Amino acid sequence: MAVSLSHVSYSATFTSSASKTTVSGPSLSPHSIKVPTFLPLTVKPLNSSFTPHGARAITIAPHATSTPSSIPSDTSTTTFHGLCYVVGDNIDTDQIIPAEYLTLVPSNPDEYEKLGSYALIGLPSSYATRFIEPNETKTKYSIVIGGANFGCGSSREHAPVALGAAGAKAVVAESYARIFFRNSVATGEVYPLESEVRICEECRTGDVVTIELGESRLINHTTGKEYKLKPIGDAGPVIEAGGIFAYARKTGMIPSLSK
Amino acid sequence: MAPQQSERKTYTTGSVKTGMTMTEKILARASEKQQLNPGDNVWVNVDILMTHDVCGPGSIGIFKKEFGEKAKVWDREKIVIIPDHYIFTSDERANRNVDILRDFCGEQNIKYFYDIKDLSNFQANPDYKGVCHVALAQEGHCRPGEVLLGTDSHTCTAGAFGQFATGIGNTDAGFVLGTGKVLLKVPPTLRFVMDGEMPHYLLAKDLILQIIGEISVAGATYKSMEFVGTTVESLNMEERMTLCNMVVEAGGKNGVVPADSTTFKYLEDKTSVPYEPVYSDAQASFLSEYRFDISKLEPLVAKPHSPDNRALARECKDVKIDRVYIGSCTGGKTEDFLAAAKVFLASRKKVDNKRMYV
Repeated sequence: MAVSLSHVSYSATFTSSASKTTVSGPSLSPHSIKVPTFLPLTVKPLNSSFTPHGARAITIAPHATSTPSSIPSDTSTTTFHGLCYVVGDNIDTDQIIPAEYLTLVPSNPDEYEKLGSYALIGLPSSYATRFIEPNETKTKYSIVIGGANFGCGSSREHAPVALGAAGAKAVVAESYARIFFRNSVATGEVYPLESEVRICEECRTGDVVTIELGESRLINHTTGKEYKLKPIGDAGPVIEAGGIFAYARKTGMIPSLSK
Repeated sequence: MAPQQSERKTYTTGSVKTGMTMTEKILARASEKQQLNPGDNVWVNVDILMTHDVCGPGSIGIFKKEFGEKAKVWDREKIVIIPDHYIFTSDERANRNVDILRDFCGEQNIKYFYDIKDLSNFQANPDYKGVCHVALAQEGHCRPGEVLLGTDSHTCTAGAFGQFATGIGNTDAGFVLGTGKVLLKVPPTLRFVMDGEMPHYLLAKDLILQIIGEISVAGATYKSMEFVGTTVESLNMEERMTLCNMVVEAGGKNGVVPADSTTFKYLEDKTSVPYEPVYSDAQASFLSEYRFDISKLEPLVAKPHSPDNRALARECKDVKIDRVYIGSCTGGKTEDFLAAAKVFLASRKKVDNKRMYV
């Protein structure tokens, strides 16, 4: 199939799930020990009967576009490190990003930044320590720790986007509402991880934590405790590829830029 | 009326070795497979993609970024765009978002765009159809056996028509705009059998609150919910939509009601597109089955701050009402307003309209 190719410039702030995890700029975490490191990518096919060139495999008229230049990451060496912000069960999308801010369009870079500045602003006032301090636009907490059913409510992709735009890198919850989990994977904005126990009751906001993806481990340096995380499962290959577009290009589902 | 049918395939006749649930069969058809099992990941052909003014602009942004400024959508007749969230407002950004949708629909020649231009009088907008989930049904975009995706968690409402319907985010929607496909994991199915004559004072909302109270707001996470039984068969389409609408409040991926004569009758004057209903096989395996005798159920409410905080309405009879709101995703149908009006009428009291939002 002949496709005309055109380069699309990737905004620094969006799409590049790649740039989200390849932290090369100044770390947001004040206690950074090490930044994530990555090995070259190997895409594993999902354990499905996926047929990229099946009987009615799609032919796409749209112009093919470039894949992000730096694809993240073999998860085996990815680590996240920083302060954690702890919330409870059933944190819904209205608490993550209230409906009044939904006119902000995440694919617009300026509005993406604004969305970030409102992340978790809908939490009740009982959360005395706010995720984003007054007059700040970014959070100092790179890891959000929650209980059960994190991200329930609406399908707004603004929710994982707001957390990612605020500077969060990962969420560790006991369980997720599926659309939030899916949106996190599709966008690559935050890494959605599941804990085996209710660590939201054992960690406190401000604790210094490290997540080692390869080891499926979360270490709380403040308390000295270690916790096991659940393996990422079927979403792993999509996350490793850097989101649904990168995954689809890697597996031949949609055309890539030929080199 | 019998549904229009073409050649019957194995996934509709059930003549496969292993039984499948309705949801598994719909996804099997859409992924062109003979057999699917819960947990399988498959690329699914999408029949309808709906988006609105909240997530449409972002989805369009991702589509253009990933496929190119001049890219064309996969099928201009399978995309339904319904501005409905932030319409009657002078907020510039909200108005701009509807403009983005209008420009995109013009440029892509999108067939189904329910535009609104005159914000001073909604009746002056013949194309405007209100709440997207209701509009999808009324305008004939919901059909048995199909796959319908939307950038709204309550997209599951369309499962009332015996189709697979679920909510997705902007990035997935941007992908669907360009390819007409989505990567889905086949969910296991929970089956809810509701039998018995439904007392006249009950509504479908009571049925779904009963279920959510039973299984909790995360009880159906990643799962499909199938509603069957004589009570469900007696419900009209609007009530079935209420039932399926709140599937997401239980964490569910989708909800389905098997299509029947009520469905076919509703669709008669709404769509000319042929459709092919599918049904769960007798030997299909369900993750679990719940049974309810609806004739014994009492009216229910969900107390703050969670849909699974179930209570009997009579237990709350002394609670003072500060404000009333009727509308939105679950309660935005004409039937819902009529139901509320009946309650007010029966109370024979004057309603303080300063505290009421419709």
